[in-house]
Amino acid sequence: MAVSTPGDSADNPLGGSRPVTLIEPPRRWVPLDLRELWDQRELVFFLAWRDIKVRYKQTALGASWAILQPVFGAVIFTVFFGRLGGIPSDGVPYGLWSFTGLVPWTFFAQGLTQSANSLVQSQNLLRKVYFPRLAIPVGTVLSTVLDLVLSFVVLLAFMLYHGVVPTARAIWVLPLAVLAFTSALGVGLWFAALSVRYRDVRYVVPFLVQFWLFATPIAYPSSLLAPRWQTLYAINPMTGVVEGFRWALLGANTSPAAMIAVSTLTALLVLIGGAFYFRSAERTFADLV
Amino acid sequence: MTGDIAIAAVGLGKRYELAGTPGADSLRDALAATFSRATVKRAASAVASFARGDYPDGVNTLWSLRDVTFDVARGETFGIIGRNGAGKSTLLKILSRITQPTTGRVRIVGRVGSLLEVGTGFHPDLTGRENIFLNGAILGMRRTEIARKFDEIVAFAEVDRFLDTQVKHYSSGMYLRLAFAVAAHLEPDILLVDEVLAVGDLEFQRKCLGKMSSVAGEGRTVLFVSHNLAAVRAICRSAMVLDAGRIVRQGAVDDCLAYYVAQAFEEDASRWVRPVAAERPAICIERIESRLTGRQPAMTLHLDVVLATNAPHRPALVTVDIHDAAGVPLFEAMPHLDGFIPDDASRHLVRLTISLPPLVPGHYFIKMWLGIQHTETIDVVDRAIRFEIHDSPRPGRTHAHRPDHGFLVAPSVATCEAIP
Repeated sequence: MAVSTPGDSADNPLGGSRPVTLIEPPRRWVPLDLRELWDQRELVFFLAWRDIKVRYKQTALGASWAILQPVFGAVIFTVFFGRLGGIPSDGVPYGLWSFTGLVPWTFFAQGLTQSANSLVQSQNLLRKVYFPRLAIPVGTVLSTVLDLVLSFVVLLAFMLYHGVVPTARAIWVLPLAVLAFTSALGVGLWFAALSVRYRDVRYVVPFLVQFWLFATPIAYPSSLLAPRWQTLYAINPMTGVVEGFRWALLGANTSPAAMIAVSTLTALLVLIGGAFYFRSAERTFADLV
Repeated sequence: MTGDIAIAAVGLGKRYELAGTPGADSLRDALAATFSRATVKRAASAVASFARGDYPDGVNTLWSLRDVTFDVARGETFGIIGRNGAGKSTLLKILSRITQPTTGRVRIVGRVGSLLEVGTGFHPDLTGRENIFLNGAILGMRRTEIARKFDEIVAFAEVDRFLDTQVKHYSSGMYLRLAFAVAAHLEPDILLVDEVLAVGDLEFQRKCLGKMSSVAGEGRTVLFVSHNLAAVRAICRSAMVLDAGRIVRQGAVDDCLAYYVAQAFEEDASRWVRPVAAERPAICIERIESRLTGRQPAMTLHLDVVLATNAPHRPALVTVDIHDAAGVPLFEAMPHLDGFIPDDASRHLVRLTISLPPLVPGHYFIKMWLGIQHTETIDVVDRAIRFEIHDSPRPGRTHAHRPDHGFLVAPSVATCEAIP
């Protein structure tokens, strides 16, 4: 446990004060220390910037991958669920409808997968230099925001092609994206902290993401469920995000307010729990990784 | 007066839990390891420490640091000396907050910059310019601070022509220069340095030493860990010697160095086994056994090295440097120019045979380097193996050799004839 207490500073004859750091054996209870993370926000952005710079290096298609992933997903869903399965899509063309769900979903899946692996990939940093460890997964999820923006532009073009003009409701996409970010980071923190001790995480996460995809109303509308289950269903935070995106952008005739509220609540709980778990696991990272 | 103390450590200890025997990647290895000498030794030392009334540990724990108490005054340059596995790195890791102590506490006054490795966080796909900013941020500098020192960093590293080249295309020398330059321009109140000077060419080492001395001259506190005793002597005023996790000597640097050198000569250093708590990279040196054969001036040094493969790796190679007792490198041996150690087995035995040049009597240390393609260091074992030359390479010589005449005696002939 190490604490910096600027209040308890020794006088510096050169002006300013020297921070006093106490290093002690770990305590059971570890505060989040968000101020330290905030002090190091530039590092968070540098880590995100590095991930963005490096992600599509030496790939033939470059950043197009950010767009191709949800596009291919939508094509597959349209063929199998839309055409063959005849699944309803809130009165919107199925392709556009499923793509609208896949855009925030891909962001969530990428953010979750990459932040879950972020600590193991940064083992060298963990072993050799100190900084708030939360900076690594936060920076990683932040770096996937660019992919979201790119695929969102494609989504807008796709909407206009289908003659769907966004209304003022579209502004809700912003808080919904924050909700997706919160969910990805929350779950990512749990797995990142676990991955240091259990490398099994690397194998569990892809499986979980696959399962989660079908537990989210992307290929099918949540209206297929009985109304009294729908709110419960929104315990999956991505349910609120996906339903919210469709309501905000496509003018789908749904009313997802209750779902979004439930989703926000779970996302926040997962994030806060994840952050505390991460902090308490953090002290052994350098010894285990 | 507490105001003048930069670092005050009291009763520091670090215990590692050993989950299993490292390097045992199959059941067969695990069984073999159960009955190995190291395990028996560890069990014996645990029993012994229990008998002494120490912390009642199981066999599967290891104290890599024990009851370490020391103060470092502000503006002091403080050396930490000790053999591989003495606990030096653990201590630096605790001071730089990478890991937490099991017991004790430290109070640090001032901003800490730690250089446990040169180039931490460098990304090979980014350019030199990009890496300066990334690495600077990782080391704790603000963007404006990096921008302000940017030209100075580039000038120090001498890489201005390659600023916009990806660092994976850099030579290892350029890479190191750039990495050190970024770190050297961090302006902490307290600088923790681990062995970074062991890298790079002589010119660069001199530059680094100069930079560190000037940092010390500015009233900053420097903690310096190195096997290069000459560098410790040049930079530090006071020091301490660690052995098996405990402080065995503390005081003026000359006194500590003399103690350390004397201590090093007392014990058998013809073999070395990797400490259980040490990090284990993809491939690492597990054990070295050495012996000398032949007679002066044609002696041969044999090194049998057991290497453990812990993860897939590209073919690796080993090189050996021979140092004098003060840590000054004398010559190297490089039996293969390219990687010759594959990752097709979990263990390899490498036998090195080094024909020694005509060395004068004295103690010599080996530093073994394990890496890939001359540039990527994976493991280094420094000063763990020592050998002693007893006879002069010049047959019949009975008067002592003096180090100020050098370490080698060249075979020579001379004739004499009268000039009429």
